Amino acid sequence: MRHLLSTQDISRDEAVRILDTAAQMAATQGREIKKLPTLRGRTVVNLFYEDSTRTRISFETAAKRLSADVINFSAKGSSVSKGESLKDTALTLQAMGADAVVCRHQASGAPHLLANAGWLDAAVVNAGDGMHQHPTQALLDAFTMRRHLATYLAGGAARPDDDVADGTDLAGLRVAIVGDVLHSRVARSNVHLLATLGAHVTLVAPPTLLPVGVQTWPCDVSFDLDATLRDVAPDAIMMLRVQRERMSGSGSGGGAFFPNPLEYTRKYGLDPRRLATLAPHAIVMHPGPMNRGLEISAEAADSPRSVIVEQVGNGVAVRMAVLYLLLSGDNSEGTTL
Amino acid sequence: MTRSPVPADDAPASPSSAGRPEGTVVLGEADISRALTRIAHEILERNRGAADVLLLGIPTRGVPLAQRLARRIAEVEPQADPATLVGRLDVTMYRDDLRNNPTRTIGRTDVPAGGIDGKVVVLVDDVLYSGRTIRAALDAIVDLGRPRAVQLACLVDRGHRELPIRPDFVGKNLPTATDERVLVRLAETDRDNADCVVIAGGAR
Repeated sequence: MRHLLSTQDISRDEAVRILDTAAQMAATQGREIKKLPTLRGRTVVNLFYEDSTRTRISFETAAKRLSADVINFSAKGSSVSKGESLKDTALTLQAMGADAVVCRHQASGAPHLLANAGWLDAAVVNAGDGMHQHPTQALLDAFTMRRHLATYLAGGAARPDDDVADGTDLAGLRVAIVGDVLHSRVARSNVHLLATLGAHVTLVAPPTLLPVGVQTWPCDVSFDLDATLRDVAPDAIMMLRVQRERMSGSGSGGGAFFPNPLEYTRKYGLDPRRLATLAPHAIVMHPGPMNRGLEISAEAADSPRSVIVEQVGNGVAVRMAVLYLLLSGDNSEGTTL
Repeated sequence: MTRSPVPADDAPASPSSAGRPEGTVVLGEADISRALTRIAHEILERNRGAADVLLLGIPTRGVPLAQRLARRIAEVEPQADPATLVGRLDVTMYRDDLRNNPTRTIGRTDVPAGGIDGKVVVLVDDVLYSGRTIRAALDAIVDLGRPRAVQLACLVDRGHRELPIRPDFVGKNLPTATDERVLVRLAETDRDNADCVVIAGGAR
C-alpha cells in the first residue's frame, strides 16, 4: 500500500501490523528523549483545507517525533483563498519535494484524487475527507480498544497491557457507536476497520442521522440506545459528536434532524444513568471535540472508564506508525503497509 | 543481526524452514555453549563482577544469546539476578538502510527498571559483519540514557567491517568471503533447529 485513504482498503494483517507498530511507537513516547531519527530528511506536508486542531497537531507531532520536516499548509491565508485549484496546489507540493501529504478536505474523495491523479509522487494520508473517511482516527480507536480490552478478550480482567495485545485483533469485541452517524467519517472508518478486525459493531442513532444505504455496512443498526446497552452490552461505547455545523437550517434544533437538543440528549446522550448500566470493564470513547451536555455528560467524559484523553495520545503513536510504514523502506516494489 | 548480501537478514537459508540449513556447519551446539560460557566469564573478568553490567540483546538472535549469557553469569555470581541483568534493544528505527530495504517490522525494546544510566552496557548480537547494526545500537543507547561504558559481545565475527567498530568479546572469528552467508540458528528463535552456525553460498 502506497497511500492510506480508507479503512476499507486495509486487510486484517495490515491493520494488525499498523497497531503493533503503533504500540512500539507508543513505548518510545514514554522515554525522556522522544525523538527518533527514523525519517530524517523526509518532508511531510500537512495540507488542511478544513479547520482542525487535534488531527493537525497530532500529525505534526508524529512527523516531528520521527525527525521528518513538517510544512503546514492551511487553506486559510494561502493562495487557495485566491482561487488556486487542488491540482495546482498539488503540483506546487510536488515541485517542493514532499514525501508525504497529509490531506484534510471538506470534499469527500479529495485525498483519493491527490493520490491517483498523477500530480504527486508522495504518499497520501487521508486525514478526513468530507463525510467519507478518517482512517487514522479509526486506527487510533482500534488501538485504544485493543490496548484496554485485549486482556478481557483473552479471558482475563480488563487492564491496559501491550504485551497481551501484541499481534491480536478484536475478534469478539462488541462496540456501540452512538450519535450522528450521518455526518461522521469517524463512524464510517470505524465500522469497516472494526469489522475487518473481527469486532461486532452496533450503530445507534435516530433514523434521521443514519445515511442512506447503512444496511449494506458490516454492522447492526439500532434506534434505541437503552435497548442496545441492555441487549448488546457493549465492551466499548463510542459517542459521536453532533455535527451542528454540517446540519443545514438554523434554530435550536440544528436543522430538522432532531426536534431539540434536550430530546436528543434524553434519547441518545450518555448520561450518568446509562453510564451506570455499562459492564464493569467497558470503556467510554469520543473522537472529540466533545459537546458536553449534548451527546455526552460531564460525568461520563470524566469517569475512570473514559479513555478520551488517552485516545489523543494514542493518535500520535498511530500516526507515527502510519508515517513510518508509508515512508520507510523501498517503495519501488510496493511495500505492504 | 546478520547483514548479508541477500536483502532479508533473518530469512532462512533454504525454503525448508525446518531442520538444518544447507551449507557447512562451523559451530555445533557444544561449540556455541562453550563459547558463551567463556564470554560470560570474560565479561565478569573485564568488569570485576556483574554489579553494574547490563546485557542488551539485539533482536532477533541477540536476545536469546544475551539471556543465555545472563543465566551463565548468574550461575557464577550468586548475587546477580538474571532478570535485571538482561534486556533487549531494537535498533530498527536507527538504521541507516531503511530506505534501501523493504519496510522492517519494529521490535520491542525492554530495559530493566533501573535504566542504563551509569551501567556497563554489553551489546549482544549473533553475527558481527559491517558494524552498521552496532552503530545504530549506539545511537539507540544514547536516546535511552548515558551508560558508563558500552562493550560488544558477538557469537561470530565474520569480518568485512565498514565502520571503526571492534568487538570486546567474540565467540569465534570466522574468515568469510562477502558472497557467503553466515547463518546462526538457535533453539529459541528457530523452530525445529538445534543450535548451529552455518556458512552457506559463495564459492566453497
